[in-house]
Amino acid sequence: MVKVTVDGIVVDVPPGSNVLQACEAAGKEVPRFCYHERLSVAGNCRMCLVEIEKAPPKPFASCAYPVNEGMVVHTDTPMVKAGRAGVMEFLLINHPLDCPICDQGGECDLQDQAVGYGRDSSRYTEAKRAVKDKDLGPLVKTVMTRCIQCTRCIRFSAEIAGTPELGATARGETMEVGTYVEMALTSELSGNLIDICPVGALTSKPYAFVARSWELKKTDSIDVLDAVGTNIRIDARGPEVLRVLPRLNEDVNEEWLADKGRFAIDGLKRRRLDSVWVKRDGKLQKAAWTDAFAAIDARLKGVAGERIGAIAGDLADAESMLALKELMVSLGSANIDCRVDGAAIDSTRRDFYTFNTSIAGIEEADAILIVGSNPRREAPLVNARILKRRRASRLPIAVIASPADLTYATDNLGDSPDVLASLIDGSHPFAATLKAASKPMIIVGQGALRRADGAAVLAACWQIAAAVGALSDAWHGFNMLHTAAARVGALDLGFVPGNGAKDVAAMMGGGVAAQWLLGADSLDTARTGADTFVIYQGHHGDAGAARADVILPGAAYTEKDGTYVNTEGRVQRGQLAIYPPGEAREDWKILRAFSGYTGKPLPYDTIEALRARLEVVNPVFARLDILPRFGCTDTSGPSAMGGIVGNGKFVDAVPNYYQTDPISRASPTMAACTATYVAPLQAAAE
Amino acid sequence: MAFLDRTARTFLLAELASGMARTLRYFFKRKVTINYPYEKGPISPRFKGEHALRRYPNGEERCIACKLCEAVCPAQAITIEAEPRDDGSRRTTRYDIDMTKCIYCGLCEEACPVDAIVEGPNFEFATETREELMYNKDKLLANGDRWEPELARRLELDAPYR
Repeated sequence: MVKVTVDGIVVDVPPGSNVLQACEAAGKEVPRFCYHERLSVAGNCRMCLVEIEKAPPKPFASCAYPVNEGMVVHTDTPMVKAGRAGVMEFLLINHPLDCPICDQGGECDLQDQAVGYGRDSSRYTEAKRAVKDKDLGPLVKTVMTRCIQCTRCIRFSAEIAGTPELGATARGETMEVGTYVEMALTSELSGNLIDICPVGALTSKPYAFVARSWELKKTDSIDVLDAVGTNIRIDARGPEVLRVLPRLNEDVNEEWLADKGRFAIDGLKRRRLDSVWVKRDGKLQKAAWTDAFAAIDARLKGVAGERIGAIAGDLADAESMLALKELMVSLGSANIDCRVDGAAIDSTRRDFYTFNTSIAGIEEADAILIVGSNPRREAPLVNARILKRRRASRLPIAVIASPADLTYATDNLGDSPDVLASLIDGSHPFAATLKAASKPMIIVGQGALRRADGAAVLAACWQIAAAVGALSDAWHGFNMLHTAAARVGALDLGFVPGNGAKDVAAMMGGGVAAQWLLGADSLDTARTGADTFVIYQGHHGDAGAARADVILPGAAYTEKDGTYVNTEGRVQRGQLAIYPPGEAREDWKILRAFSGYTGKPLPYDTIEALRARLEVVNPVFARLDILPRFGCTDTSGPSAMGGIVGNGKFVDAVPNYYQTDPISRASPTMAACTATYVAPLQAAAE
Repeated sequence: MAFLDRTARTFLLAELASGMARTLRYFFKRKVTINYPYEKGPISPRFKGEHALRRYPNGEERCIACKLCEAVCPAQAITIEAEPRDDGSRRTTRYDIDMTKCIYCGLCEEACPVDAIVEGPNFEFATETREELMYNKDKLLANGDRWEPELARRLELDAPYR
């Protein structure tokens, strides 16, 4: 450690730190625009000036100056103050004073620091420069005249997103940030440019002029549009969710948020189920809650338990899934399943279906094998971690999936599971690479499991992990990457068919007389039996509701307190930000109310009681936010269920990143993204 | 003696006479009352009356939906919703003032960076129903159009002191 004195406060900082980090350690605020902890140092805004003793008598840019032993730094001398005021004056020369119409107004670094470190009035009377705005696609709005050329966006897109599309042309006053050739940003993380821009040059297009930061009610929650469990903050005004921002969580999302989680929220206002519907005379008609319960109760009466089934969808919270499971138990049914997509997941042991290395653990890995997955589309933030690891040092990354640009260099070992056998027996060259690595990782995607030989592929992947030494007491290198936020939670509470009971496939085609769908929309409803009585409980009028005989309007993730388990197995809780629309209610309350109607009430009246029950069902639900990492103590693998690995090609689990669930399918912004990014690719493929 | 004096004054209606004399004096003095509503008293250029939303001389509305008036309003009487207009400029889709909540403090006027919302000289906007006092954007813009010459004059007079 290096001893540095900042304004008389002695701090120890790691060698290689810069002066700005030392000042932060001493609790001294240093203004900055271009410096960002997670990006490389550019040192071009010159706002972070400090004075250093026994050095040339000039102000130093603290972000770009390394610390030395015994360095004495001053952050509040007259020279520093005058220097910062001067820099601020120069920055404001070409910055338009259009704060009243700027969306960054109220949460703008330049605004705040101009008040804190600038002069009180302008001496500049000459003309200001103007820059033409760029079109960066349907998500990011640009007002390039406001740009102060800090280059954070350029560094972010190159270093974090891995899509080096932004750059600067010309220099000095004529310098402009842009994409060289006008194009839409192709990154799934482009929304973070909005957060990272210290001024209003890059702002959110869907949120343009909608609200001011001070009028929003902020609620901490969890993103459910992928399985990463990104920590988010929901900003709402009245009955509307207006925007979603990431929260800091170093273990999960650092400070980033993928575009779907950020921009799909306008889908929460469209195609909503806000009243109860019951099918009468072949037509869905609005009804009261009691009518719906009476209709369900009348239809279920006399139906044997094994003729009733329940399917939990991809966005369900753990509380409502537990309530549904116990409702099914009281109806005498063990036909429950959460694997809507038919993925062959073995839920007998927790490490068979979680991302055991953990997302932060990716940074320790030294060889990665990705099977049947495109992490860039399935979990952009996991992909960003892999890129971060790849940028720290070169490591071998191989992919067995259809070729795709994952933003880092990969070896493609083909797109069918043929190669798995040679990886197990060690005859494939990459097996030696994995074996040589001390912390190898195998990432199995849902694309590898949604197939007839899925169980065999899963078993083969585990065998590879065992064969290359990825399973040891200290390191668990077997990882399953999920795409559904509800999946791990559902598996944790045993939302899978009991012994001899029917799974999703068996419940279709008339396998059951009645189906209770808890937000299950990715089912092929054409295969639902013609006489099957379908009860759809959910928040969007999507595939499930279209086939339903009774529709019970539920709450979306922003409208309920819910527990979600991310792909790592990390239990996190989201909070209610706004109330559900119309007649809609929180899902567990609907199930509890129905159980009361049938005369066999579920034994919980409050969410606390239900959560206590969750902890009884599986103690992992008591371990909120914390994820202890375990090594692998039992290397016996999941059952291949008698199947053998076929040679069919792996199919992408997420063909269109922007539309994967009822919320994003209802979102106009996501539709615009699909039209911009996905449709041209599909047209080209045809 | 005092008794006689008082009795004499009573019988001679002296108080009445002196009272009438005073009345007569005022009868010839300059009048201080005005014939409201046909006449009105003078008001200061800073008088805070009924609100109005102003326009630029070319007819473009001034308000840019910055929401500073909404934020500063101590009575929370102002409600604004905004979205990009077809030409991409920032405009309000809704600008409501609840005149029954408003305390006529004038902070909205002071907060406005473009002199769009102003409190004009009009204080005669009593209504028969409460609902009529929920002003919307159309009403406020109509007020602006009606009062613009006076509003501009008042701002000009007050400019040296702002």
